Amino acid sequence: MLEVRNLRKANGSIVAVDEVSFCVGPGELVAVLGPNGAGKTTTISIISGLVTPDRGEVLIGGARLRGDADPIKRQIGLVPQDVALYDELTAYDNLRFFGALFGMGGPAVDSAIRSVLAWVGLAERARDRVSTFSGGMKRRLNLAAGLLHDPGILLLDEPTVGVDPQSRNAIFDNLEDLKRRGKTLVYTTHYMEEAERLADRVVIIDRGRVVADDSVISLRGSLSASASVSLEEVFLSLTGRRLRD
Amino acid sequence: MQWIALQALVRKDLLLFFSDRRAVIVGLIAPIAIASFFGSIFRGSDNSEPAKIAIAIVDEDGGAVSKAVLAGVGGDRMLRVSTPSRPDARAAVRAGKVSVAVVIPEGFGDAAARAFFGGGSAPALTMWFDPSRGAELGMVRGIMTQHVMEAVSRETFGGASGRRIVEESLNGLDALSMPAEQKQALRTLLQSVQQFYGNLPGGSGARPFAMPYTVSEEAVTAQTSVPYNGYAHSFAGMGAQFILFSAIDLGIGILLERQRGLWKRLRSAPLSRFWLLAGKALSTAIIGFVTMLVAFAFAIIVFKVRIAGSVLGFVAIAAAYAVMVATFGLLVAALGQTPAGTRGIAILATLIMVMLGGAWVPAFLFPAWLQQLTLIIPVRWAIDGLDAVTWRGLGFGAALWPTVVLLGFSVLFGALALARFRWEEA
Repeated sequence: MLEVRNLRKANGSIVAVDEVSFCVGPGELVAVLGPNGAGKTTTISIISGLVTPDRGEVLIGGARLRGDADPIKRQIGLVPQDVALYDELTAYDNLRFFGALFGMGGPAVDSAIRSVLAWVGLAERARDRVSTFSGGMKRRLNLAAGLLHDPGILLLDEPTVGVDPQSRNAIFDNLEDLKRRGKTLVYTTHYMEEAERLADRVVIIDRGRVVADDSVISLRGSLSASASVSLEEVFLSLTGRRLRD
Repeated sequence: MQWIALQALVRKDLLLFFSDRRAVIVGLIAPIAIASFFGSIFRGSDNSEPAKIAIAIVDEDGGAVSKAVLAGVGGDRMLRVSTPSRPDARAAVRAGKVSVAVVIPEGFGDAAARAFFGGGSAPALTMWFDPSRGAELGMVRGIMTQHVMEAVSRETFGGASGRRIVEESLNGLDALSMPAEQKQALRTLLQSVQQFYGNLPGGSGARPFAMPYTVSEEAVTAQTSVPYNGYAHSFAGMGAQFILFSAIDLGIGILLERQRGLWKRLRSAPLSRFWLLAGKALSTAIIGFVTMLVAFAFAIIVFKVRIAGSVLGFVAIAAAYAVMVATFGLLVAALGQTPAGTRGIAILATLIMVMLGGAWVPAFLFPAWLQQLTLIIPVRWAIDGLDAVTWRGLGFGAALWPTVVLLGFSVLFGALALARFRWEEA
């Protein structure tokens, strides 16, 4: 469903992403891990059309992503790292606005809004301003906004930062549900336990390059035959222990 | 799909604007309040008395001429006259209580009469003036000239001291160093004056010389007998200013959306860059246009401002100005880095544009070179155009150029914004 081929992006002399390639199929969740500044967010930004790569291409269902107004972008849903919502508007007005950006209108958007709000457990708060929401509720609404137009691919950039265990668990349940529904999920995170719980495959990026692309079990096995090796130990062995920022 | 997105962008920004009570107050009520204040100051003469210039006159002469000058100046509708002592007069100017103090020196009347016939040097009137009121000095100088000339000519050709001075002048004529023919001509003139005195009924009291003209004043506005309404200009100026503030809100708003990650979500939609910026600009243009309409509606209802010229021209200028403001806001967003850093620079740029555009004081008060220079300021075109179609009562032709120029600025700002906008969101 999603294929990333040989992406390269440099800002002056700094190479943010260098020859990054990976594939994600329907019903698969790939966790993209890496230290700060490794190139995770740049990769997500290129896939979602926010950044134009110097080289390489992004294929959605075999078709190349071309330009800002390419209708193929309807196949992508983005859940940014920040809570990208208008605090002054209600949950309903936020979703109605984001739906319209993807060409949704009329009864279809109302139906979609009811559906996603119920799915993230916010149906009762539809008419409340987002400024009255807790951090966890905002994160769930942030997820709902990315899913409203029913994309085949969902890009999640650290979607659980700063949320309580209950909301995090609810988000995990949502993501597992999406996998069951055949969605293609790309998920960046610094939390190894999240990747261990959710990911079918893990792509580790360091200094802009892919240093590992495999299942959690295979990655553990590559470090040691012992079953007690954690993903974090694998990660540190591949990226080193030196501070990056 | 682009149209649905465009409508959504506009609707969302309007919702955000009206959900912020502060923004509504600043955007709609503040221009009305400040324009009302400025309008009350610059409203024109209508039926009220003009503000009088406070002057002090120190009469050290005490003669017939100086008393006549005092009487004339005291009755002038432009002046409020006091007669303090010399030190008090100077202190009053220094304290800003009077604009000008005039000292009529001892012997002024006689010396002025002699000088009138070329028989001596002209006496000096001393004027102390407040340097912050230079324009008022010019007015007082002109008014004093009128009253002194009237008083001196009246006294010279009809008063007792005038007769005495003519007599003295005749007696001293031989001592003057001038050619014989000129002496003879002057002698003939003075003798004619003496003969003229002899023919006056009762010997004196007539007024042979007076101002050789009177003035009929008419303020040329939209129609005869329609007075100038200063509120028209002040509402144009303050409307223009506060609409321009909405450009800052737009620019800062985009930078904040970028900072909060919202811009990523907007950019992830299948929407072209042009439509995205157009959507942002359109809501600001609508808010600006409505602000101008609301401000003028208030001025029309409360202060009886009239769009005495082309209503279509008024609408065209207001709409073109609103579009210009919106594209200026996009430019602010394109050139700005952070919301906090950009706000100060944008406010400064806005205030300079407003000031040089004639929003605070009419541009005709500027020096000639500045009047020419400020034609590069879009605000100037908007205000001149609005003045033209409101109180000047001119037709659509007077609105055409301002509209075209404002739309030209819109294209320029929009193109610059599109070119300089930071599109990549890492």
